[in-house]
Amino acid sequence: MNNCSTLKRRSPIFRKFSNIVMNCFCLLSITLALFAMYSILVTVWQHGSDALTWEFLTEPSKPYGEENAGIANALLGTLYMSLGAALMAVIPAMAAGIWLAEFGKNNKIATILRFCGNVLMGIPSIIIGLFVYVLIVIPAGHFSGWAGAIALSIIMFPVIMRTTEDSINMVPDTLRESALALGMTRMRATLSIVSRSAKNGLITGVLLSLARVSGETAPLLFTALFADVYPNHFFEQPTASIPVLINEYTNNSPFEAMHNMGWGAALVIALVILAINILTRIIFHENKH
Amino acid sequence: MKHIDIVFRYLCMACAAVAGCLLLGILVQLIQNSAGAWSEFGIEFIWSEEWDAYENKFGALPHIAGTLLTTALALILSVPLAFASALLLTESPKWIERILSPCVDLLAAIPSVIYGMWGLFVLVPIMQDDVQPFLAEELGLIHLPGGEWLLGDDGVGCGFGFLTAGIILAVMILPYMSAVMRDVLRMTPSMLKESAYGIGCTRREVITDVVLRHGAPGILGGICIGMGRALGETMAVLFVIGNLPQMPEGLYSFGTTISATLANNFGEAVDMERSALFALGLILLVLCFIIQLIAHQLLRRNKLKLATQR
Repeated sequence: MNNCSTLKRRSPIFRKFSNIVMNCFCLLSITLALFAMYSILVTVWQHGSDALTWEFLTEPSKPYGEENAGIANALLGTLYMSLGAALMAVIPAMAAGIWLAEFGKNNKIATILRFCGNVLMGIPSIIIGLFVYVLIVIPAGHFSGWAGAIALSIIMFPVIMRTTEDSINMVPDTLRESALALGMTRMRATLSIVSRSAKNGLITGVLLSLARVSGETAPLLFTALFADVYPNHFFEQPTASIPVLINEYTNNSPFEAMHNMGWGAALVIALVILAINILTRIIFHENKH
Repeated sequence: MKHIDIVFRYLCMACAAVAGCLLLGILVQLIQNSAGAWSEFGIEFIWSEEWDAYENKFGALPHIAGTLLTTALALILSVPLAFASALLLTESPKWIERILSPCVDLLAAIPSVIYGMWGLFVLVPIMQDDVQPFLAEELGLIHLPGGEWLLGDDGVGCGFGFLTAGIILAVMILPYMSAVMRDVLRMTPSMLKESAYGIGCTRREVITDVVLRHGAPGILGGICIGMGRALGETMAVLFVIGNLPQMPEGLYSFGTTISATLANNFGEAVDMERSALFALGLILLVLCFIIQLIAHQLLRRNKLKLATQR
């Protein structure tokens, strides 16, 4: 009854007005969000496109003041580290996701592990950097690209695990049952029937996590560090990467020329990451639901 | 044939156990390495304000306070925006959502170091020339009670500081929160909404009285997820926070956060400072863990409720 009387007292004009206010606020906020993205992309493009030349992409980075400096070594380092991380993380993470989805439906251990995965996804990446520093860098006695790759693979692991679980969960049970009815082992049914029909989801998960780790900076600060050489000694020496190079050139350098190179590097990595994201969504999205 | 199945099953289980082992490993390792600091300073480490590498005195309070302040600012700024944009995306026609949703998702894909750069080269000058004087003078915040604490004595800033860091974090966490909220809002049973429209509610009333009430736990869960990211974000904050281990003295003052301190000092730190930095890392991990726990509970409850109602 109380509710009715309060409803009556609201005048229609006020109700219409508050409705309009809310609509406007919604429009305003999405505009602000998109404007922020626009502003970031446009500034990166404006500053970065000047730096972007062929030499910039093919020459290694050099100390301040030397001619013809580029970012080739950092590009290569980022490529090595991200792919190395993917090599290490993808298969175990997918197996973990398969276990959670196929064998861990109403299982206490699976619930705990699922929660661990969630927490792991929420752990600040810099703490993973600390972890790998103690685990790899201190025993080995030197920074290395390899340690960076391990840090990135630890970041990738829970992401791929969760996306694998989600996309395998979407496969209908009838498919599983028909595979098993044909006399397949559970392993065969999972790997060649269930996983295949969840293929698009799995690939999306891997590619998006790859894009994400290739832009990570914080875990590489204490593991891969930075170096002005090509990553020929990936396992023994500090290895450059684009995000750390951006940090070195903009945050830790007072020189205008370095800032410009940082913008160039930012443009390159942003383009790569956005391209992976957009292409993944276009190519693999349609069959997702 | 059965044997292969058993092997496969346990192999997969071992892989899943890696998640637990990693989490446990990170926790144990942080505790182990920070033991020195805890035994030297005791639990007082958490609320001690000093941070002096020469005198070997370390306290975590400035870092914790900085972390909490930037996170709070980011949440205040971005929660309404994230909710409103999620609302617009779920309530608008399909084709608008098809275009705008991926745009918001792409915002989440931009590396944080680029947010940091953008903050340093674009936002800091704007803050210094326009926003900070505007807040202090034109809006007159400085003349309000508490304004002097909030904006410093004269309300003049140099563009860096907590407010700038909070704004960058707000932009960063907005897409994450918006994505979770979008999923939660989408799960509102359309029957509930339609019956509200049916008795003549305006859209505003449907949203505040039906959608919001129905999805409240999930929306809080989304906020927690954004909060977790804001707590641990390193690069975006590192560029603009000023990196001084001092207590926050208003929104324009320099300061530091736990992750920014780690990124800045860990490379050169030795002995006790290193141990203290690990202790900071442990505090950050515990904070994030608590936030995740809350988010997990809230999001799970929402799902259960939805399952029973359908």
